[in-house]
Amino acid sequence: MEPNQQSGTELRTGVATYVIEAIVAFCIIIMGAVVLQGSRALGSGWTSDGPGSGYFPFYIGVILCISGAGTLYQALFGKNRNTEVFVDSEQLKRVLSVLLPALVYVLIIQFIGLYVASAFYIALFMIILGKFSRIKSVLTALIVVVLFFFMFEVWFKVPLFKGYFDPLSFLGY
Amino acid sequence: MEELNSLFHGFSVILTPMNILLMFVGIILGVLIGVLPGLGGANGVAILLPLTFTMTPVSAIIMLSCIYWGALFGGAITSILFNIPGEPWSVATTFDGYPMAQNGQAGAALTAAFTSSFIGAFVAVVMITFLAPLVARFALKFGPPEFFAVYLLTFCSFVGMGKGSPFKILASMAIGFALAAVGMDTVTGQLRLTFGIPDLMRGFDFLIAVIGLFGIGEILLSMEEGLAFNGKSGKINAKVVLETWKRLPKYWMTSIRSSLIGIWMGITPGGATPASFMSYGLAKKMSKDGAKFGTGKIEGVIAPETAAHAAGTSALLPMLALGIPGSPTAAVLLGGLLIWGLQPGPLLFVEQKDFVWGLIASMYLGNLVGLIVVLTTVPLFASILRIPFSIIAPVIVVICAIGAYTVHNAMLDIWFMMGFGVVGYLFKKLDYPLAPLVLALVLGDKAEDSFRQAMLVSQGEVSIMWSNPLVGGITALALILLLWPLISRVLAKIRPPKKTKFAAEQPVD
Repeated sequence: MEPNQQSGTELRTGVATYVIEAIVAFCIIIMGAVVLQGSRALGSGWTSDGPGSGYFPFYIGVILCISGAGTLYQALFGKNRNTEVFVDSEQLKRVLSVLLPALVYVLIIQFIGLYVASAFYIALFMIILGKFSRIKSVLTALIVVVLFFFMFEVWFKVPLFKGYFDPLSFLGY
Repeated sequence: MEELNSLFHGFSVILTPMNILLMFVGIILGVLIGVLPGLGGANGVAILLPLTFTMTPVSAIIMLSCIYWGALFGGAITSILFNIPGEPWSVATTFDGYPMAQNGQAGAALTAAFTSSFIGAFVAVVMITFLAPLVARFALKFGPPEFFAVYLLTFCSFVGMGKGSPFKILASMAIGFALAAVGMDTVTGQLRLTFGIPDLMRGFDFLIAVIGLFGIGEILLSMEEGLAFNGKSGKINAKVVLETWKRLPKYWMTSIRSSLIGIWMGITPGGATPASFMSYGLAKKMSKDGAKFGTGKIEGVIAPETAAHAAGTSALLPMLALGIPGSPTAAVLLGGLLIWGLQPGPLLFVEQKDFVWGLIASMYLGNLVGLIVVLTTVPLFASILRIPFSIIAPVIVVICAIGAYTVHNAMLDIWFMMGFGVVGYLFKKLDYPLAPLVLALVLGDKAEDSFRQAMLVSQGEVSIMWSNPLVGGITALALILLLWPLISRVLAKIRPPKKTKFAAEQPVD
């Protein structure tokens, strides 16, 4: 893809892929250890009536640890260690510009509900990141949200979370 | 011809105006999902699953399976016109589809893609019609050890047939199993791995995982590439369609071969993506002008599309007959069955005749409707990709959030979905396959149940897995597949293998 090649010709700085690879593998080992610990607490052996609750998860934990260790070894000491840059700063900025607003959006949903939060989120995303005019952005956001409202609440009768702020409660939705 | 009678009964079940309408709605939503980056077959069906909670199971499965067919069709539009595969299984379609569009043959390429998708799906549905009842009848004799052996085979074949590091496949699968274990133990009723957090009692729903891993993860990936769409315009008129159809019968051999590859890869959990690559590779090798592949040969469009659709369709066979899905999307459909109160597995063919044959009949009709819809509305869907990404991205995040919320009406699920999204992004970048994770999350509890039941029967003797030729054969095959990465290494030492050209180009699904 073209934009990717353009950013490739510039000097790309960032963390090498094998470092991320190793970190992820390490997280998998930790997850395996947690599962092992949890299933041992449940009883990972055989009970009088067959395998206990923790028997199956115990071996899943073992597989997690083994595969994590294998990947960790391949990442750090393997023959073809991947030293390419995992993400450069430009790419990271772009990813975070989607991820962070999305996290804020999820946080806001807890208070003002899915519909209102979605409208704000789409409008602000378009104004700040898409550089659209305010009227266009607000209109698009409203159209999308009203469409969803009809689709979920009216046509398919699936109620969504509305939070503390429910301007249409008098209609029974 | 008992199957044909049942099939006609199925047609009589689904041919109501409401169901036909749902079919069209499903196909259009599906193509939309297939065209939009970030939404695909699996997470699209997962997000729209809650919409069907109030429908009858037959209407619900018709709509959902039509969404799936639509997504399969939709992937081809973006690959041919924009050189952007909307779905992983349409990557191979870009090799020859986009050059054809550049040569001004976009209409012919699209017609060829859609028609061969239809043919692939049709062959696979015919196969399902006659084979699925047989498999189900056979599977009625299965006990817990046999079922566990089949589960084992499903998961081991990911290791044996997958591309990339076997450690990563194992890790991805084990994460799925570990997440599936969280919550109430189905046998003893104990709480497992909840670490005292009451919200974890419900466990991790795989629908949340699917929406996060495939939806949010894909959005983050597309954003990283800084997508700018500049596509060819796709005009299709009746003349182009007819002219292309005249050219297609010449390639009947490619169609048949690709359908067979697709069916095989679909029933075994190889999936649509490797099927499309394998079929493209074989077509290139066996065609007279294989050297010209990549410059816009119509055969290079027919081969991957036929195989992808055949695989996508036949992935439903093990789901219907055994209750074991062959792909993430089939897994989501299986989750739907459970929600509608149906027990997937061989008994479905005995107890829920209307449902099963309605579904099979809707596969025939749905693909026909799909072919008509996409041939007539391509320009409309192509224009969707001209909508700037800064509008599409937030809307897709909103759709994912709504989809995650509606599964259990729980706010925590939206957070989990975002978490899965980040994991999906990392895993995609590091070549961890996501399909084993999803299937393990769906099948984890069932696989464990059948294992524990088998152990109860045998008083804890593992040798029950070899107690008769059937279960022993399946178990042995599973173990061979599990150890295949090691075996193939040993074989390679003994005699050097032939180099496969496409190995490097194949992504992990």
